[in-house]
Amino acid sequence: MTEQPTSGVVNHGGSDQLGREAIRQVNPNVLGIIIFISSEAIFFLSLIVTYVVYRGASTSGPGAHVLNVPVTAVFTLFLWSSSLTMARVTAHLGRNDVAGVRRWLLITILLGAIFLVGQGYEYYHLYADNVTISRNLWASTFFTVTGFHGLHVLVGLISMSIMAGVISPGENHPWGATGVEAVSLYWHFVDAVWVVIFPVVYLWTLIS
Amino acid sequence: MAEQTRGYVPTYPTITAPTGLWRWVATVDHKDIGVLYIVTTLVFFLIGGLEAMFIRLQLIAPNAKVLDPETYDEFFTMHGTTMVFLTVMPLLIGFANYLVPLMIGARDMAFPRLNAMSYWLLLFGGLLLYFSFLAGQAPNGMWFMYVPQTLPPYTTGPGPNYWAAGLLVTSVGTIAASINLTVTILLLRAPGMAITRLPLFVWTVLVNSFLILWALPPLAAAMVMMLLDRLVGTHFFDVSAGGNVLLYEHLFWFLGHPEVYILILPVFGMVSETIPVFARKPIFGYTFIAASTVAIAFLAMSVWAHHMFTSGMGLTEDTFFSAASMLIAIPTGVKVFNWVATMWRGAIRWTSSMLFSIGFIGEFIIGGLTGPMLATVPVDWQVHDSYFIVAHLHYVFFGGSVMGIFAAAYYWYPKITGRLMSENLGKWHFWLTIVGLNLTFFPMHLNGLLGMPRHVYTYPNLPGLAELNFWETIGAFILATAVVVFVWNVVASVRFGRIAGNDPWDAWTLEWATASPPPPYNFASIPPVRSRRPLWDLKHPENPDPR
Amino acid sequence: MGSYDRLATPLRKTQTTSGPAAAPPQLCRFARSALRVAFCALRFARCALRFRPFPSARHLNSIGRLSGSILAVGLALGLLPALAAPRSPFSPASPQAASIADLFWFTLIAAGLIFLGVEGTILYSAFAHRERPGREASQFHGNTRVEIIWTALPALLLLVVFYLTVRTMHDISAPPGDPVEINVVGHQWWWEFSYPKEDVTTANELHVPVGEPILLHVTSADVIHSFWVPQLAGKQDANPGHVNDITFTVSAPGTYLGQCAEFCGIEHTWMAIRVVAEPPAQYAAWVKAQQQPASRPTSNLAILGETIFQSQTCGSCHAIAGTSANGVAGPSLTHVGSRATIGAGVLDNTPANMERWLLNPQDVKPGVLMPNSKLTPNDAKALAAYMESLR
Repeated sequence: MTEQPTSGVVNHGGSDQLGREAIRQVNPNVLGIIIFISSEAIFFLSLIVTYVVYRGASTSGPGAHVLNVPVTAVFTLFLWSSSLTMARVTAHLGRNDVAGVRRWLLITILLGAIFLVGQGYEYYHLYADNVTISRNLWASTFFTVTGFHGLHVLVGLISMSIMAGVISPGENHPWGATGVEAVSLYWHFVDAVWVVIFPVVYLWTLIS
Repeated sequence: MAEQTRGYVPTYPTITAPTGLWRWVATVDHKDIGVLYIVTTLVFFLIGGLEAMFIRLQLIAPNAKVLDPETYDEFFTMHGTTMVFLTVMPLLIGFANYLVPLMIGARDMAFPRLNAMSYWLLLFGGLLLYFSFLAGQAPNGMWFMYVPQTLPPYTTGPGPNYWAAGLLVTSVGTIAASINLTVTILLLRAPGMAITRLPLFVWTVLVNSFLILWALPPLAAAMVMMLLDRLVGTHFFDVSAGGNVLLYEHLFWFLGHPEVYILILPVFGMVSETIPVFARKPIFGYTFIAASTVAIAFLAMSVWAHHMFTSGMGLTEDTFFSAASMLIAIPTGVKVFNWVATMWRGAIRWTSSMLFSIGFIGEFIIGGLTGPMLATVPVDWQVHDSYFIVAHLHYVFFGGSVMGIFAAAYYWYPKITGRLMSENLGKWHFWLTIVGLNLTFFPMHLNGLLGMPRHVYTYPNLPGLAELNFWETIGAFILATAVVVFVWNVVASVRFGRIAGNDPWDAWTLEWATASPPPPYNFASIPPVRSRRPLWDLKHPENPDPR
Repeated sequence: MGSYDRLATPLRKTQTTSGPAAAPPQLCRFARSALRVAFCALRFARCALRFRPFPSARHLNSIGRLSGSILAVGLALGLLPALAAPRSPFSPASPQAASIADLFWFTLIAAGLIFLGVEGTILYSAFAHRERPGREASQFHGNTRVEIIWTALPALLLLVVFYLTVRTMHDISAPPGDPVEINVVGHQWWWEFSYPKEDVTTANELHVPVGEPILLHVTSADVIHSFWVPQLAGKQDANPGHVNDITFTVSAPGTYLGQCAEFCGIEHTWMAIRVVAEPPAQYAAWVKAQQQPASRPTSNLAILGETIFQSQTCGSCHAIAGTSANGVAGPSLTHVGSRATIGAGVLDNTPANMERWLLNPQDVKPGVLMPNSKLTPNDAKALAAYMESLR
């Protein structure tokens, strides 16, 4: 479906290597998004390490104990279940079932949006209690880590909406299948980041 | 063997190529984008060089009044930032952009529009950074912009904001370019070009791209935190709130050290292309050069805190980073020995490109030998943050990266423009550079050993300092003259240079198998790739390259 | 191949070189050479602008070689001054600095030998293996045994250097028994020294006894600075929120100079350190003098100066023990008259310089945090006299 710049117009056939290299089977868009994800992973790692290093270092003000872990856990379940629905998207993609792809994309978007609404609700209540980003060191690290994750979720939602709008039965849109595949990998990454952030930021409060 | 389809002309969709200025604005062709990168970074090089000339003028004598302290601080900060982020790194990306698809036999990069976006982000980020001069204050806290010096109340002007914002913009472009290069190299190679047959320049670009991808994000995180502290009132580096100023140093140098390898690895690849061609024999130890590149990249991510030996980390941490820093000297040395062995018993042609390649090795090893000296922690405790370091870094950056880039310029200019650069001007350029480089930077080792720290706008009139600084400034003027000669050569050769033809150097990699400059589709017909030197095989069918 | 061969030949063409055609024979040799250089430069400029080949390119390589070697020898000789200079790690005045200097010499000599070897090989090969008619390049791809050798040998050398590094690190950092302890606080742009046991606070000039271990606890009150006195010890950064230790024992009496070595703002340049090492008896006398409150001014001018001091806001930043001035933002002035420099080393401490500083500190050290109090010249003179009386 996707147009790729070809590596050459004539295959002189002298190659003993063509086709044996596994890497050549990968689609460029998919490889590109995987490499991008590895870079973003390091960015999040930097923020999470900062959170951990500074945990307990605040000289004043609130700590992680002000967080409402059960409520966030509920919204977390919505986010993680969106990964399951995203798996349905790629399954339907493999079957070339565009209607199914779009249906499950929209469900994934809905679940992701609910997570974001929940995060907004959490932020609202924190700000109402005067726990702002500039309140103290812990608040600075908390809002930065979760805020950047939320931004990445938002970008994912926008990307999925575009793909859902773009992909349609009977049309051969150049962004088509590999675009959806790439977005799905990105979405799984965003969920995986939350798999690290949620225990480090929220669950940790239960043991200390 | 499958049938040869000689003379087959592919049918491409008709493209009405734009001309004139719009062509340059709208292009997604990797060659045009490569030229855009090279020209833009050359301009930034000249601007950064001008800043350096002012610095040297201010230091020509003790208590000179050429620049006031604030302007001086802005100039050395912008000099460093420009040379690292706006000159050498994007210049190497520009060369990679131009050459990699040609060298692997591809039609273009994997993501041509992303490629264009990368270039425009470089330009806009650079302009944003320089806009700070007009906005009231350029960044003035060294190119590493340590906190808390760059935070209020110590810096209240907008300088650091422009630094962080400008560099965040360019780094998005750089990450995109690295993704592009990686995917292109992995997926778009011509049939027959296995990873083990990659030209060494392509190999170093591939490894370098991974280094960029994994080393830039922590700097982005550090800049985000600095911006948040400045604009939103967060407390990441607020000591009274529990913040730790050393966290910034760790995050910065986690990029900062790999950054210097990012600035040199592709240059290692460039001279690995030029030296064999001008010595008329294959590169010695291809596998070892390739493997040592990977080793350097891997080790580069584990040595960052050798920039922090004096920050009081503790003897255990110091020991670890000292060991890793000494280790990284070994693969670098292996490369140098391999290049010399490539020259050995060759039939060396003294072209400008080869002179610069040989000069690169000679000058780089001076910086490469002071490096392990700095890894010996007690020595670093003396010379860290002194002019000894300024000497070391300029030997590896100028004597290393820039000399290698000059070698590459003379080598690939004919491919890009279709004309040869003047060899005579090239020789003048070379010798002026050798004299200027060594006169400017070698005495700086002594400045450091006379107790002169970095980032000072003047110095006390103690014995030796004035004389050394005076001669260093003279050397800087000689170096500037060399650059002027080079720029004139570049500009005038477009018009007056001798026509080059496809393959003026009798070289062996794929880019020489097409016209100079190449047509938009690069290759009408790609030669078969059965070894590391496809064109050698074509020219010597009775004696093909066995590797 | 084709166009490249045409390139090779111009480098070999023998053409008559230019020279001053009508230089009178009476002119001395120097003038003739100078004229030749000038002519050369002019012809070069002309040819470059018109993009023509410059006939004397053949000589260029020889000139380059010659100047390169002269440069190299000159620079090597230039190393010698560093051996016995003030502020040099190579003029150590403590066992710690001496250990570092020894390690430095070892690495320097090793690096120098490697440099001569590799550089020599490169230069030899560049000339001896130059293309000549009838010469073919030897086509070899590599040699695994050689690769292993030149990987292993540097590794062995580095192992030795690493061992020496770790040993020296531990030797010079070992905390001393019963040292003179001094708290060092870096400020923008001056150094605060306080001796907790002796209850002494001073600025910029550090007095220590010879032969006794000294332990400095270094930190910062604002941004990152670095405490560096090369003849006595390696540097350690002064980080806000952290304390770093430096230990040394001075071997001989003298004045040892240093400087802040981490960019800390606009006047980072003028944050000098002055270490005065004295025999124990003299040191004790200094301590005693520093422990006294400020001496009362005796001359009329100094008394006038004291009134001016009290009428201005000086005391809100500066402390003078025994008076109501107790500010801590600026250096303590209790014994400012006894110090050798003012402004953290920017000026020698003389009455004229003190006057100049007081009239407008911004003029001397632009950006310094001490404001311009806009004193009249007479007031400045009186105030300077008062400062000088505080010994």
